[in-house]
Amino acid sequence: MDYLLQQLINGVTLGAVYGLIAIGYTMVYGIIGMINFAHGDIYMIGAFISLIGLLLVGVLGITYVPLALLLVLVLAVLFTAVYGWAVERLAYRPLRGSVKLAPLISAIGMSIVLQNYVQLAQGARVKPLQPIIRGGFDLSSANADYHVTLSYLQIIIVLLTVALMAGFTAVIKATPLGRAQRATEQDMTMASLLGIDVDRVISTTFVIGASLAAVAGLIVTLYYGVIDFYIGFVAGIKAFTAAVLGGIGSLPGAILGGLLIGLIEALWSGYFSIEYKDVAAFGVLVMVLIFRPTGLLGKPEIEKV
Amino acid sequence: MLSITGLYSGYGHIEALHGIDMELAAGEIVALIGANGAGKTTLLMTICGKPRASQGSIRFDGEDITDWPSFRIARRGIAHAPEGRRIFPRMSVRENLQMGAVAGNQQHFASDLERVLSLFPRLGERLQQRGGTLSGGEQQMLAIGRALMGRPRLLLLDEPSLGLAPLVVRQIFEIIADINRSHGVTVFLVEQNAFHALRLAQRAYVMVNGRITLQGSGSQLLADPAVRAAYLEGGHGVATPPAEPAP
Repeated sequence: MDYLLQQLINGVTLGAVYGLIAIGYTMVYGIIGMINFAHGDIYMIGAFISLIGLLLVGVLGITYVPLALLLVLVLAVLFTAVYGWAVERLAYRPLRGSVKLAPLISAIGMSIVLQNYVQLAQGARVKPLQPIIRGGFDLSSANADYHVTLSYLQIIIVLLTVALMAGFTAVIKATPLGRAQRATEQDMTMASLLGIDVDRVISTTFVIGASLAAVAGLIVTLYYGVIDFYIGFVAGIKAFTAAVLGGIGSLPGAILGGLLIGLIEALWSGYFSIEYKDVAAFGVLVMVLIFRPTGLLGKPEIEKV
Repeated sequence: MLSITGLYSGYGHIEALHGIDMELAAGEIVALIGANGAGKTTLLMTICGKPRASQGSIRFDGEDITDWPSFRIARRGIAHAPEGRRIFPRMSVRENLQMGAVAGNQQHFASDLERVLSLFPRLGERLQQRGGTLSGGEQQMLAIGRALMGRPRLLLLDEPSLGLAPLVVRQIFEIIADINRSHGVTVFLVEQNAFHALRLAQRAYVMVNGRITLQGSGSQLLADPAVRAAYLEGGHGVATPPAEPAP
């Protein structure tokens, strides 16, 4: 029982990270119908900027942890957002209106470019980081020999993710920007006929997706304490799986999918084999694509208007 | 107000408009009639910059808008209730109307909403309903209402009567006349329902295969035997009544 509880805690934490990245995939797909394969690498960039930021606040001697983390968060979000914006501007916008495959290939190219850029600029070795937030609650039942811990960091991760997702859902639901995004998603031409600057809406979407990925990058840097230039690939594919599982294009779907992938991975690692945890996650992707291609909360591709 | 000179346009390599010249004065209702595939919708869409004109110019209130992006044209005061209505299906009626207000000034949203709902009371009963669940007539009302939300000076209407019951058609045409009369909106109306359109419009153009072949006042064209044969009687497969025996 205690062991299960621990796996659930770990799974939810991991799921929060996948959910944050998955939002970027699902939003971009919703609006321009393309899988942004460079999004995982944007998250990796976010992790590196977070690491640099953490070292920077250390150098500057800011030792009050909440302030330091807040500064790093802002820094990571700002810089990563610029990367997200630039990728769209350079690699996707010029291809808009051409065949559907072109931006997809461009995205894969962008992914390779970003990985190699970071590898060259930061080196290929794994970058470690000392734990910054230590401690937690011991949730073990009396006289058990297995210790269940819920770390402070895990609590912060889940709370931050829930807050971001709630805030973000509210933006999409009730602000002019959110309406413009949904309108662009449903009928891009009509949106522009009504005075919406569609290019700007798309740019904003990439900026939002990259910002959330930056938060995920910071979280992972703090949580695992090791990053390298390649983390974007696996995390990106997992988050993409989460987006497909939840129903690509659906925002609540991305969050649900992220949570499920996190839980599946944690439970599989806990009870079967940690080496095969990716097999479990991607096995789910295969199952979903076969039996429910629209995902759990997805809408069918064809909608009667 | 709107002047089009030597306009060529089309999709990809297929040219649909071959040199259109047209003039709309402020406050007019102008109709454009023609058979399926004549290029009527392409003309309206080209005015809005989708697709872009390959040759010729479009001027609106003295400004050359030929190469402007669509959203800027909309914000300058040209609203479009397009072919197929293009309601946002997964947004509520209210949100659809809010989208229409983007091109205008956000400050008078409340009064604009009230004005549109007084023209189309049916929409008021359905504000929270999703656009995609409305009936055809309601969607048409929403498309026109949405176009009016930005307080346009020029309203482009593409086949507002298509697929609607005769009673609803009459209602919609009355509202178009009212919008023009009491709000001073210039209306450019594309219709296959030539009879209604020519009665409503002060002036009209006839388009055949991407060219303007005839123009004149609505009543002139209504009386024109060629127009009658092509668009009013023969065109709709209605048998011509037997000629009166000469006295």
